[in-house]
Amino acid sequence: MKIRDLILKRITTLVLPFIQVYGFYVIFHGQISPGGSFAGGIIVALGFIAYATAFGTEEGRAVLPEKVTISAESYGTLWYALLGMVGIVKGVPFLANKLAGIDLGVPGTISSGGLIALLGIGVGIRVASTMVTLFFTMLEEEV
Amino acid sequence: MKLRNLLVVFIAISALYVMLGAVAELPPYGAPDNPTFNQLTERYIGKALEETGVLNMVTAIVLDYRAYDTMFETIVLFTAALAVMVALKLGEGMGDRK
Repeated sequence: MKIRDLILKRITTLVLPFIQVYGFYVIFHGQISPGGSFAGGIIVALGFIAYATAFGTEEGRAVLPEKVTISAESYGTLWYALLGMVGIVKGVPFLANKLAGIDLGVPGTISSGGLIALLGIGVGIRVASTMVTLFFTMLEEEV
Repeated sequence: MKLRNLLVVFIAISALYVMLGAVAELPPYGAPDNPTFNQLTERYIGKALEETGVLNMVTAIVLDYRAYDTMFETIVLFTAALAVMVALKLGEGMGDRK
């Protein structure tokens, strides 16, 4: 699938950095502003999907090879589970946050919430890579 | 055959009557003495900031109180991607080998 349209390509190139930065902003600020890891992950994935739609599937795959998305998917889940193990190591329930004695920081700052910010990054990466994988797999099948 | 149709209509109307009756018995939306406003709501609204240090209460619930649930939510996503890949990608390879 390839769309030969100069305007579409130029506009995509211009808008893409803003989409990506906004997506990561939403992921990293999940604990102090509306939004969160699920929404941010979708926005990050939409950046890649927009690129692949404008420049063709092969170019999109060159930017984000299959190996990268599959690793991101698997290690995102592993990262989440490993953070949950912090609680077990400290002798409190799985995925405990305050109970595990983690410093929660000042509410309203980006470092607040202890494990929550780190868990959010894991979920965001997972959601983004799943969306990209589903998009590419279905698109490549169609052609 | 005609009797059967009548029976179907009768069963459908009685089911509709029961369901609408249940809807009419529901407490009014947003009333403060609804059963949905229990200790859980008070706990989340009153203590979420103190217990998680997070201003966004939705994030506090999703990634702290319900973190275990969210973990399996991400695993559901993982399984969905895996299922699509198995169905579309591996099937291709098997067809070639045959």
